[in-house]
Amino acid sequence: MIVVEKKPPKDPDTAILERFPKQAGEGLMGKVQARALEQFMRYGIPGKKNERYKYTDVAEILAEGYQAVTAPEHHDFRIEEIFRCDIPTLNTWVFTVLNGFYFEKEDHLQELPGGVLAGGLRQAVRERPDLVEPYLDRYASESSDGLAALNRSFAADGFFLYVPDNAVMEKPVQVINLIRSDREVMVQPRSLVILGKNAQGGLLICDHALTEKRVLSNAVKEFYVGENSSLEITRLQNEHNSMSDISHYFVHQGRNSRVTSTMISLHGGMIRNNLDVKLNGEGAENHALGLFLSDREQHMDHSLFIDHAAPHCTSTQTYKGVLDDEAEGAFEGKILVRPGAQKTEAYQVNKNILLKDTARMNTKPQLEIYADDVKCTHGATVGQLDTESLFYLRSRGIPEYEARMLLMYAFAHEVIREIKIDPLRDRIRELVDRRLRGELPRCHTCFVDYQK
Amino acid sequence: MLKIKNLHANIEGKEILKGIDLEVRPGEVHAIMGPNGSGKSTLASAIVGRDYVEITEGDILYMGESILEMPPEERALKGIFLSFQYPVEIPGVSMVNFLRAAINEQRKYRGLDPMSPSDFLKLMREKKKLVGIDSALTNRSVNEGFSGGEKKKNEIFQMAMLEPKLSILDETDSGLDIDALRVVAQGVNALKRPDSSTIVITHYQRLLNYIVPDFVHVLYKGRIIRSGGKELALELEEKGYDWLKEEYENSLNGAL
Repeated sequence: MIVVEKKPPKDPDTAILERFPKQAGEGLMGKVQARALEQFMRYGIPGKKNERYKYTDVAEILAEGYQAVTAPEHHDFRIEEIFRCDIPTLNTWVFTVLNGFYFEKEDHLQELPGGVLAGGLRQAVRERPDLVEPYLDRYASESSDGLAALNRSFAADGFFLYVPDNAVMEKPVQVINLIRSDREVMVQPRSLVILGKNAQGGLLICDHALTEKRVLSNAVKEFYVGENSSLEITRLQNEHNSMSDISHYFVHQGRNSRVTSTMISLHGGMIRNNLDVKLNGEGAENHALGLFLSDREQHMDHSLFIDHAAPHCTSTQTYKGVLDDEAEGAFEGKILVRPGAQKTEAYQVNKNILLKDTARMNTKPQLEIYADDVKCTHGATVGQLDTESLFYLRSRGIPEYEARMLLMYAFAHEVIREIKIDPLRDRIRELVDRRLRGELPRCHTCFVDYQK
Repeated sequence: MLKIKNLHANIEGKEILKGIDLEVRPGEVHAIMGPNGSGKSTLASAIVGRDYVEITEGDILYMGESILEMPPEERALKGIFLSFQYPVEIPGVSMVNFLRAAINEQRKYRGLDPMSPSDFLKLMREKKKLVGIDSALTNRSVNEGFSGGEKKKNEIFQMAMLEPKLSILDETDSGLDIDALRVVAQGVNALKRPDSSTIVITHYQRLLNYIVPDFVHVLYKGRIIRSGGKELALELEEKGYDWLKEEYENSLNGAL
């Protein structure tokens, strides 16, 4: 007779930890991880009672038994053999992160013109701790997000970019995050981007899953943008319906800095994008744009936290969603104006179109203001395509289907037009158009060899 | 070209059109006048196929064929054009993309290949001149930020681009000053072909000084209560609608 020993059920926080090594890393990274783990133990996996996770059940997703990738795997292929970006005219410096680990082209950080350094985060910690230490985890550790803490507790690698004072990047850096596995895995990439003073840079982040397996990514990216510097971030998520993608963007801005982020989500089973911005010096400007297109049972959830911690700062948030079939979406945008952050200007808009009455959208703009001389507005709409516009187009001979496409495209255009890199904007415009027409199961053309 | 037979139509269950008969032959200009709320715009909406207008009785024949079951785009492709009383603003849809889509749908319908971009731009230039529309406007989104007069001009510009067989001008004169009115009317007249017809819906006579009708119909309480030549419009300008309304009410009472 076999006796099955019954163990008491574990709480999800403890259970998830079993998927990771007991031993924290070494050196600087280890120190950061140990502190983060303490925070994770305190915050835990956010439950549905957590205001920021009200509409996304992450505990359920994490319970699904993904195997954590905790060390880089050995590869005998070049990245070009499995993936190539499908924008031939796009002139960028390309870097790849595979399953959360920097895919090394070189043993060292690469030096780009103007003294810009780029490569893997582990390389950076090893070679330039002087650059990494003052920044790594500084802003992320202010967050009480348990999932971000989970990444910070175990993430060991990812992408690193350093743009020194007065450097102007002549072309953008493109970071391609790939997940490729024949198992159901969980990956946790972590990135650090630093711009000194008077610097300028552009960053294109592409997220792809090169597998049909159910996979989960829980990513943390930190951006520190110094005085008078500007950074353009464009992110393209084109994954598949078995992919769960949770990401945490932490943007920390100094005096008179300017950051624009544009997040385009075309595909993904479950997408959860957090964007935390801290405007920490006078005159800083942040523009956050987002566009998501979802159908079937896709779930896309965006949560923003814009922290006006200094006076004379401006922020705008423009997030738009198109939901078809039984797609579910959520938007939560919180603007905090701290005491003393006078002359703050903050404008938030969230607009959503439901194409079927089975689609659902929850939206919650939120203002918390502790200064008296500010201009803040927010607004949210959830509705259908405008019937008057639709009729106007049809009355000129444009068939209903095409008229709907024109209107949806117009709806998306407000976000797409802000993308500054021309070939990228054109390409995204085309992808969005094909996506709206249902002709884009995903970015297949980017894959050279799917199985390799 | 257009034959409306005993047309009855409801909006939200309320009967607005109560038996309209109207025939418009090729080359004719018809004016439909009447006080507010008489059903003029509903008639226009019924012809172009707005779904909120429910036809309860009668028929609309266009080129000998009933169009009641036809979607609005098909009516447009067959040559029916409405100049909207309130043109909608469509941010994000550029005038160029919009018109190119419309032109190419029309060409597809006629079995032609899409127009080349250079031919299309040439056509736009030509028609812009014809209706005197500002070039800057056509680089914008459809009607976005246009003034009232610009919107109306833009309607006539679209009409020029699409060259319809039957044009319905719904209160095209409203909100226009006399100069804009003249420009718009000149555009309409310049576009007139011997085989094309126009229905001018208006509350006032002044537009009819420029677009001279062959027939004038007075619509009141969902019926055409008087038809005549262009002199009827002048008579209405002078005497207003009250005498006609009275006559009509009396005839109803007499009938009882």
